[in-house]
Amino acid sequence: MKIANALLAAARGLWLTVFGMVMSTLLFAFTLISLVLMMLGIGFFTTPVVLSAVRSYADRRRHQAEAWSGVRIPAPYRKLPARRDGFAGQVEHCLTLLKDKATWRDVQWLFVDLSAGAVLALLPATLIVYVFWGLVLALGVWKPIVRANDVQWFAFVPVTDQFTANLAAVTGLAFGVLGIFVNQYLLRAHFLLAKQLLQPTRERELALRVEHLTETRHDAVDSSAAELRRIERDLHDGAQARLVAMGMSLGTIEALIEQDPARAKRLLATARADSAEALAELRDLVRGIHPPVLAERGLGDALRALALRMPLPVEVDVQLPGRAEEPVESAVYFAVSEVLTNAAKHSRAERVRLDVRHAEGSLRIAVTDNGRGGAAPSSGGRGGTGGTGLLGIERRLGAFDGVLAVNSPAGGPTMVTMEIPCILR
Amino acid sequence: MRVVLAEDLFLLRDGLVRMLEAFDFEIAAAVESGPELDRALAELEPDVAIVDVRLPPSFTDEGLQCALAARRRTPGLPVLVLSQHVEQLYARELMADGTGGIGYLLKDRVFDAAQFIDAVRRVAAGGTAMDPQVISQLLTRRARDTPMGRLTPREREVIELMAQGRSNAAIAAQLQITERAVAKHTSNIFTKLGLPPSDDDNRRVLAVLAYLDRG
Repeated sequence: MKIANALLAAARGLWLTVFGMVMSTLLFAFTLISLVLMMLGIGFFTTPVVLSAVRSYADRRRHQAEAWSGVRIPAPYRKLPARRDGFAGQVEHCLTLLKDKATWRDVQWLFVDLSAGAVLALLPATLIVYVFWGLVLALGVWKPIVRANDVQWFAFVPVTDQFTANLAAVTGLAFGVLGIFVNQYLLRAHFLLAKQLLQPTRERELALRVEHLTETRHDAVDSSAAELRRIERDLHDGAQARLVAMGMSLGTIEALIEQDPARAKRLLATARADSAEALAELRDLVRGIHPPVLAERGLGDALRALALRMPLPVEVDVQLPGRAEEPVESAVYFAVSEVLTNAAKHSRAERVRLDVRHAEGSLRIAVTDNGRGGAAPSSGGRGGTGGTGLLGIERRLGAFDGVLAVNSPAGGPTMVTMEIPCILR
Repeated sequence: MRVVLAEDLFLLRDGLVRMLEAFDFEIAAAVESGPELDRALAELEPDVAIVDVRLPPSFTDEGLQCALAARRRTPGLPVLVLSQHVEQLYARELMADGTGGIGYLLKDRVFDAAQFIDAVRRVAAGGTAMDPQVISQLLTRRARDTPMGRLTPREREVIELMAQGRSNAAIAAQLQITERAVAKHTSNIFTKLGLPPSDDDNRRVLAVLAYLDRG
């Protein structure tokens, strides 16, 4: 296992060196050329193209860092403002990019990557190559080389005869053993070096954070306003109207009770039915505002009760050692409710599994169904209900810095995961 | 028949006391909080307890917890649980010990005094009174299952009433058919669902509820 990992790190490093050296050099050169061409005006058209290529290339490396060595490098780019048409718009767009510090850090990184970065990435492969080179020398290849060159240096070993060639082989093997232990760290070192320039500066990090907060606050305010509107409408059209009807029935009953007791009695029955309806509507409304079981028992049992109310079987596994903050519990409850309803409506699944755990300071929720898949957050869920659905959930969770990920290949299965940073009490 | 009543809203508690007294129940205690209910259940040994799920001081499910605890101390102690909302989860917990004397109803059901008093008497006698909402939820969940699908519409009506805890006589009256016909329907239902036949009304109900709840 260790050997396989070391070889994998060597192969990846080699790829980073070869591919990286070529791409970084090309992109670095193109950037310089494009900047020079700005004097001729053409640069305003080429620079944005080159820079966006640089960005996607850098993003690719950021992904590799996380996937290959577990080094997380957040992207530093800000959202670009909408572009105006015409030459003026083009110039403006180009200048926005050039004014962005992240652009210059990317270009610096290109240079570092094609020099120090490439060398660092090559080291793991070198250590492995030495093993074979040493063996090949010891097997007799040293003879023609020494005859032609007098002396062949193998790392720090001067090879002049069979003994030193054997020594070279031993040294090579030692390098190989070393490689088994350090290759992964060397690859990691490469990514850590890249991280220095590819991650956002402290200042940019804060700016991005402010942008994110502004956006999520906006969403939160929006959605709570929409919620209040919905409650108002429901009360107005539902319970309130029922109570009016009831009051009218009671008025009529009062007038009728002496002349026509039989009709009055019938009307009483209607009034009672109206009051029952009003209660039922209020009950549904309350469930939509704050589910009673959530108030009475907390998230775990509320989710279990929710699962029992679903038309399809839901297997629930909740393992929470404590209770989260109330707003978080509520957000999670409604998010899960939405996901389950989605699954029940659109997935044609036979079973759904709901897992809730708390680990590493986050609440982690996974909803898996064995349905037909094809759900996407951007389309607002499989129903295409727009605005609500998965996108709505994402917004709701956003207010708590929570994230939503959907994995739903066509043909299924669908797995929706949510993660919300929170502390349990 | 001696009743212990726990309900925190004064209006509702007062109304219930008056209704129960009108139907010749003796109110042993009418309390408004969990700890009081605990004490009343332990000391007064009522024939039936009528309990609101949500009670002070914590306003969580104290009433339900008190009722469950009391039934652990005195197995089979008749308890009728009232709530603004019914949850299958709670129904399941109440039925978990497999003995009768359990009721679980929406508060709305007190509107119909005759039916409500009937439910209280049934529970006090060791029977069952499940809210129609619990049953309808269970039935929709099981609707796609084949054995349930094989029931005729009439048999579905019968199983719905039976699961609520009604006796054959009450079902017959409600559906305006003879008791013999009800007995025939119930035995058909039991055969179709593969449940062991039983003459005992209450055991029959629990078997059906357990079957429906298995989903």
